[in-house]
Amino acid sequence: MWIRSSMTYRASFVVTVFGNLLVTGLDFVAILLMFSQVDSLGGWSLPEVAFLYGLSATAFGLADLTFGSMDVLGRRMRDGSFDILLVRPAPVLAQVAADHFALRRLGRITQGVLVLGWGLLTVEVDWTTAKVLLVPVMLVSGGVIFCALFVAGAAFQFLAQDAAEVQNAFTYGGTTLLQYPPTVFGKDFVRGVTFMLPLAFVNWVPAAYVLERPYPLDLPQWAAFASPLVAVACCAPAGLAWRAGLRSYRSTGS
Amino acid sequence: MGSGRLYLAVALGGFRRYATYRAATAAGVFTNTVFGVILVYTYLALWDEKPHLGGYDQAQAVTYVWLGQCLYATLAIQGGGAEKDLMERIRTGEIAVDLYRPADLQLWWLAGDMGRALFQMLGRGVIPFVFGAVFFPMALPTDVTPWAAFVVTLLLAAVVSFAIRYLAALSVFWLMDGMGVNQALMITGIFFSGMVLPLNAFPGTLGEIVRVLPWAAQLQMPADVLMGETDPLRAYAFQAAWAVVLLAAGRLVQSAATRRVVVQGG
Repeated sequence: MWIRSSMTYRASFVVTVFGNLLVTGLDFVAILLMFSQVDSLGGWSLPEVAFLYGLSATAFGLADLTFGSMDVLGRRMRDGSFDILLVRPAPVLAQVAADHFALRRLGRITQGVLVLGWGLLTVEVDWTTAKVLLVPVMLVSGGVIFCALFVAGAAFQFLAQDAAEVQNAFTYGGTTLLQYPPTVFGKDFVRGVTFMLPLAFVNWVPAAYVLERPYPLDLPQWAAFASPLVAVACCAPAGLAWRAGLRSYRSTGS
Repeated sequence: MGSGRLYLAVALGGFRRYATYRAATAAGVFTNTVFGVILVYTYLALWDEKPHLGGYDQAQAVTYVWLGQCLYATLAIQGGGAEKDLMERIRTGEIAVDLYRPADLQLWWLAGDMGRALFQMLGRGVIPFVFGAVFFPMALPTDVTPWAAFVVTLLLAAVVSFAIRYLAALSVFWLMDGMGVNQALMITGIFFSGMVLPLNAFPGTLGEIVRVLPWAAQLQMPADVLMGETDPLRAYAFQAAWAVVLLAAGRLVQSAATRRVVVQGG
């Protein structure tokens, strides 16, 4: 339904996809601007950073396409329309995900894929079968990790109601963070996004294997292949948090 | 004198309106702090590679980052200030009511936006800035004069920011929908205000161009005045000139637009 509604105004749809492409592309423009002044950032070259960026942006784009409407949740709870979703005979999570499903978010994925493609073409790597196979695995498990973040953020909104922006700090903040090499950040910071909030498994750790760079935090070699496991492990607490949040929900009564 | 009180009341209304959303403000503080930390690390890596980029040392680059996080919501750098309500009122036709009021339309909205800016600064801007000053080395002046000069540039920056957004909002009289304009405001605001990189670190001709555009009045000028990188009087002149030009353009477009509303029968 949301797809059809956005296709009603075809010109407007094309313009917003294009606009989205530009808005999300600004991050990469920032990186290009930085590299117009220097040859490497934290010891990583532009193609390597583009590879990181493309992986992070595409994985995030996939999650954003499916669960990106989660931030509407707070507004729905405030105006009371969330109750409508509760009485419908379909899983609430699926309904919230489909709510305001916006195909225009394709702009974000397109932009990520373009940068990733460029990164793959320009980066100097001795490709092996394992490395080639790891790229799609990274995209899917990265997407799932971001999805778990979106769901956990939505669960948090049952508590906070109009604090959708806290979620943005983790989702949008997370993808921005992963667009830069881990060497840029402080040790404790990297530790936090590896063990507490396992964002590092979206691209930092597996990409270090592909690019033959030292692993962040001297993780063991097999850690590069742990992303799918980490992704699955993220879904469990996110799902539990969502269920707990849903159960604690009291209507606004207005 | 009576009209002065009116606009003060409107400004207070703007302040109070944003002060209502406490959880949203707290969430904003958190988000700005997280983004500030990420940006500081990337800037430090960049300045490590190329010290004195754009004439800043590392402490100045860090200061610039936190100032940006402080002014992000204050100056509605990517939009989302009074212009958003204005666009909605134009779209729905409620603007006709505003036109009947015995008050100047542009001043009315300016006053409301100033109240909003003041709240966003106190509620949302100060904490990330203080956080930055506590945990990262910053280049802040110790005597009062640069701080006083800084306050003046902030005020002018807020006026220029409003003037840009007001013009953008008026375009809805013709476009009927603000979605595209909002997107344009977002892109130009973030890029040309120097939220991605200080404008003085932009390379070559691109740098020369962005430094004379009105967006340079928003973050770059206050930052340079605070850190003593530019003569305050020069900054005032630059900001005031853009404020006058843009406000005057706003008036012109406004009178053209309101004539159109009357023709339509309001």
